[in-house]
Amino acid sequence: MLKYDLVVIGGGPAGMAAALKAKECGVDKILILERASSLGGILEQCIHTGFGLHHFGEELSGPEYAYRFIKQVEETDIEVKVDTMVTDILTGNIVVATNNKEGMLEIHATAIILAMGCRERPRGALDIPGSRASGIMTAGTAQKYVNIYGYMPGKKIVILGSGDIGLIMARRMTLEGAKVETVCELMPYSGGLTRNIVQCLDDMGIPLRLSCTVIKTHGIERLEGVTIADVDENRRPIPGTEQYIECDTLMLSVGLIPENELTRNAGVMIDPITNGAIVDENRQTNRPGIFACGNVLQVHDLVDYVTQESYTAGEGAAKYIKSKNKNKRTKYVSVRPEGGVRYVVPQNINCDTSEDVKLYFRVKDVYRGGKITVTSGDKVIYSKKKPKLAPGEMEYVIVKAEDIRALDKKEIIVKVEV
Amino acid sequence: MIKEMTCVACPLGCQLTVELNDKNEVLSVTGNTCKRGEQYAHDECTNPVRMLTTTIKVNGGSLPVIPVKTSAPIPKGKMFDCMKVINSEVVDAPIKMGEVLISNICDTGVDIVATNEM
Repeated sequence: MLKYDLVVIGGGPAGMAAALKAKECGVDKILILERASSLGGILEQCIHTGFGLHHFGEELSGPEYAYRFIKQVEETDIEVKVDTMVTDILTGNIVVATNNKEGMLEIHATAIILAMGCRERPRGALDIPGSRASGIMTAGTAQKYVNIYGYMPGKKIVILGSGDIGLIMARRMTLEGAKVETVCELMPYSGGLTRNIVQCLDDMGIPLRLSCTVIKTHGIERLEGVTIADVDENRRPIPGTEQYIECDTLMLSVGLIPENELTRNAGVMIDPITNGAIVDENRQTNRPGIFACGNVLQVHDLVDYVTQESYTAGEGAAKYIKSKNKNKRTKYVSVRPEGGVRYVVPQNINCDTSEDVKLYFRVKDVYRGGKITVTSGDKVIYSKKKPKLAPGEMEYVIVKAEDIRALDKKEIIVKVEV
Repeated sequence: MIKEMTCVACPLGCQLTVELNDKNEVLSVTGNTCKRGEQYAHDECTNPVRMLTTTIKVNGGSLPVIPVKTSAPIPKGKMFDCMKVINSEVVDAPIKMGEVLISNICDTGVDIVATNEM
């Protein structure tokens, strides 16, 4: 059996950053397993700029951001197996993988970092009536067709969902000569970044219709049009508001789902809100030696934050690998969202943490002039006013290690006070 | 003339109202909550610029296209002219990261550079 100190599953931005950090922390034998034929992950098809402002202090395109990490990995002795699919994680931290050169592989790992990323919510999850006409695809699929394979999936486009990939594709298709008729968003606000609404829709003169959805697709062989309708506050279509729009392509940008089949099979506990693992501040799951970071843990809007989180996981894994007593369990302070906060990552913090902890969270609604508080019992350990909070923008607060160590009650609550 | 726009200097996204005269000069900016908003409105009304990212066809590469960007932001109004030029070009592999594939596109003084290697 192959033996490594650390096996990283996924060679996108999360996996590469985690492996590099672990290497820097002195971990000896590291292996990255990647399903695609090269490192880089989804960044390879995200050819627009806007990456790296926080991490590198400059604005890069996706491939450029990935390239910097790929080069760093190449300069180390981190091993990489591409075209390799992990199929299972067995007890005792044994990774089962397969590729067409080596066949089935069983790899024993002291620690494992899960960095498989996420997947787009598909059409099947939406229940839109209509036939299986061609021309209905996720925005990310369209992005791959255009940016990697160089061909256009359609000429007249309707986009359902105003997630960032949908907005980016609205601009991309327009630049390549297609007509984007409209972007429909079910919610009364967009899930995308403000910058993308302005530079992808406003710049291109594409209308964004809020509280609106696609209720039917038309066409048998190829999509011929869609019927859209406004929705009420319960997100139900309002009769009488139906409108037919002729189009040959419907792109879906309706959310991302962390790809956690392996995680579940490995017996890792999942947070029902994030759909990612429940982790502590080192990004360790309930299974000793298994860590998670990046979009497989929680869907991020900025890759810079993925890199940060993956450094944390890489460092955490390195500490675990070097620790003498791997089964030592300390008590946790549990972190709970309340009120307007939808979720918080990490969900647990070690009581004896020696470092300040960054709590990442998302809110449920758009709040103006709200206040973020972190409390434990009657004690307020953090409080800050925020001019604007929106579900599309991930937020974070930093709580001090000394404050956590001094807690009587082993629970802290993060909430928005309006 | 009155122009409405959303400021993107930070995630706050202030709704700006800009008053312009006949010569397209900014008379007043309202709705901003900081100085950056005022600067943003001025830039957007007098000389709006954008980074352009797209792909160029490749001969003899592992994939049919390679991603590219403008080496600096270009005037917003020239994006579609630049797209026409870029889409009429074919470049030969191998291509290095950052290699200039089209220089001084549409007399903007800006180059089109590769954002990957192939």
